[in-house]
Amino acid sequence: MRGGQSSVALPPHSGASATIRIEPPRGFFELRLREVWAYRELLYFFVWRDVKIRYKQTAIGVLWVVLQPVLNMLVFTLFFGRLAKLPSDGLPSPVFYFAALVPWAYFSSSLQLTTNVVVDNQRLITKVYFPRLILPVSTAVSGLVDFAIGFAVLVIFTLAYGIKPTLTALWLPVLLLLAVFTALGVGLWLSALNALYRDVRYVIPFVIQFWMFASPVAYPASLVPWRWRWLYGLNPMTGVIEGFRWALTGQGRPPDLVLLASSGMVLVMLFGGLIYFNKMESTIADVV
Amino acid sequence: MHKVVIHSVELGKRYAIGERARYLALRDVLANAMNSPRRILGRDRRTGENRGPQQLWALRDISFDIQEGEIVGLIGRNGAGKTTLLKILSRVTRPTTGFADVHGRMGSLLEVGTGFHPELTGRENVFLSGAILGMGKREIEGKFDEIVAFAEVDKFIDTPLKHFSTGMQMRLAFAVAAQLEPEILLVDEVLAVGDLEFQKKCLGKMSEVSKGGRTIVFVSHQMSQIRRMCGRVIWVDRGVINQDGPTLDVVPAYERALSARIEVNGPQEAGFSDKIQFLKWEFMVDEGAPPNVLQHFGPVSFRVVIYFPEAIRKGSYGILLIDDSGRIIWHGNFELSGLQPGTFEFLHRLPTLPIKPGAYRWKAGVYDGHQWTDGWWALPEMVVGTKPMTNTGDEFQGILNLHCEMEVRALESVRK
Repeated sequence: MRGGQSSVALPPHSGASATIRIEPPRGFFELRLREVWAYRELLYFFVWRDVKIRYKQTAIGVLWVVLQPVLNMLVFTLFFGRLAKLPSDGLPSPVFYFAALVPWAYFSSSLQLTTNVVVDNQRLITKVYFPRLILPVSTAVSGLVDFAIGFAVLVIFTLAYGIKPTLTALWLPVLLLLAVFTALGVGLWLSALNALYRDVRYVIPFVIQFWMFASPVAYPASLVPWRWRWLYGLNPMTGVIEGFRWALTGQGRPPDLVLLASSGMVLVMLFGGLIYFNKMESTIADVV
Repeated sequence: MHKVVIHSVELGKRYAIGERARYLALRDVLANAMNSPRRILGRDRRTGENRGPQQLWALRDISFDIQEGEIVGLIGRNGAGKTTLLKILSRVTRPTTGFADVHGRMGSLLEVGTGFHPELTGRENVFLSGAILGMGKREIEGKFDEIVAFAEVDKFIDTPLKHFSTGMQMRLAFAVAAQLEPEILLVDEVLAVGDLEFQKKCLGKMSEVSKGGRTIVFVSHQMSQIRRMCGRVIWVDRGVINQDGPTLDVVPAYERALSARIEVNGPQEAGFSDKIQFLKWEFMVDEGAPPNVLQHFGPVSFRVVIYFPEAIRKGSYGILLIDDSGRIIWHGNFELSGLQPGTFEFLHRLPTLPIKPGAYRWKAGVYDGHQWTDGWWALPEMVVGTKPMTNTGDEFQGILNLHCEMEVRALESVRK
């Protein structure tokens, strides 16, 4: 094997010429994150495309993004709060549910889009080279636009209930990043699997539904017995959602143990997802 | 002085055929997993290599060097491996064996309109497609006016692409691609469709680009394009390089091989074959226009010139039009009687020839009595360069290129 040559491909427009070697896939650890960085402009265009198309295709556009969590919140408040009388950790139940539904909506829609992203872009994949990793990353990023809109509504809503933000709000970006990494980590696995086995996409709605009940969206994590809390925290969305409520309102205990377990789990999933996706990348163009 | 920009060493590509059908559904995999659990997550090399008969080598031992500034044509029959080679070089798929070193920025054009989205406007699509083909945002902004002018769509540039006619979409797609200026450009047979005027414009643009020292690798079935564009040709046959050399050597050899193939398979090719000679065929076109290109919907006039060394008292002459995949599109058979020795032209006149754009071949033959005397592939290929009337997507194109009118009338309505 002759070495010494850069194996990072650069998009045609990027300055200096490089030498690339085209060869059979080899090795286990090919994360190729540098290549994604080199193609960041294309990543930007994919995000831009997703956002444009999403708002062009729906008649009520932005309004829908706002309505979805609001309607969910009303349903949850009515059924879980009023009728089932589940506790809400001392928060007004609309705030309790809304604070969970905004990050949850981001996660569930990102997961769904990411799973399909390779198959949906199969024409591109079989005709042009770019680091395939850009595709799932772009859906995880473009979902943030919806999230931002939902989050703005959430902030207004929380203030309207007289809950003032505290310093704990500084944790929100970290928690959001955790949600992005979770969606991406799982999405990487599922998008590659979905390219190979087309019925994966039909399983996704069920996965999301079960996942929601395995996360403290409709009930507080405090319902889970303390000694099982670490196991519960292995679901990264537990950390994200509990953390969101705490950071936004400044009330209750910081979910430190859960958050620690969640973060560890996310890193494992993301790292594994990257390896698996890159391993599959070399065959994706042949199977889609 | 010249430096090598593509250095390919024993590239090979193996496909496992039937794999797609076998693992399309997860439930099958789960059932299979009972037998061999390793297959659930990725097919690793060990299982891949043991699958024996289900594997197909699409390419094998492909080695060549391409120098800076060369325009290399890649020719071969359908399924010979040209596109696979281009896909490996453009990194869409990875080789199974061997390697290739590519020095310099590379762009590829395997399809026209890659990444176009119908909901986005013309302007937005220019940016998107440009970025996908490897241009930067600044670069596209700088070339935007040129692209719009080249495509001749300035009035519609802010209309969603779905309202564009197919011709306009094509032109816009080509215009973006034509602005691509990498050091190495890989082009699949994307110029085969689209109207001829525009094809010419694109070819012109491409040769202009190559004069600036850029390297082009170009797949085409149209030998006229290859002859015009390329100095060197690589002929791929059944996954291996059959011949690699100057266009003047390789293209005639390739054409001979195409003609030879039917001669060999023909029922009675021996005996009379040196008697009658097919000389040429051509469309009756104005001076200067290419005589093998059809640019209108008719009436279509063409002539076939044949030399008869001996008289034919009673016989017939037949001509077949055959498409890219070997299907017979049209067949004409004509009686011949009392033909004296000499050269004759057969003038044909068809009211119309509404077939889809692409490359076709004529095969002519003569019967003396009921005896088949000879048959020839009438080269050059016939190229249909008319405007596509229907969908330009390859998979939706039929054989006919016909405009169709339609009106909706209610026959009966349901009253409430």
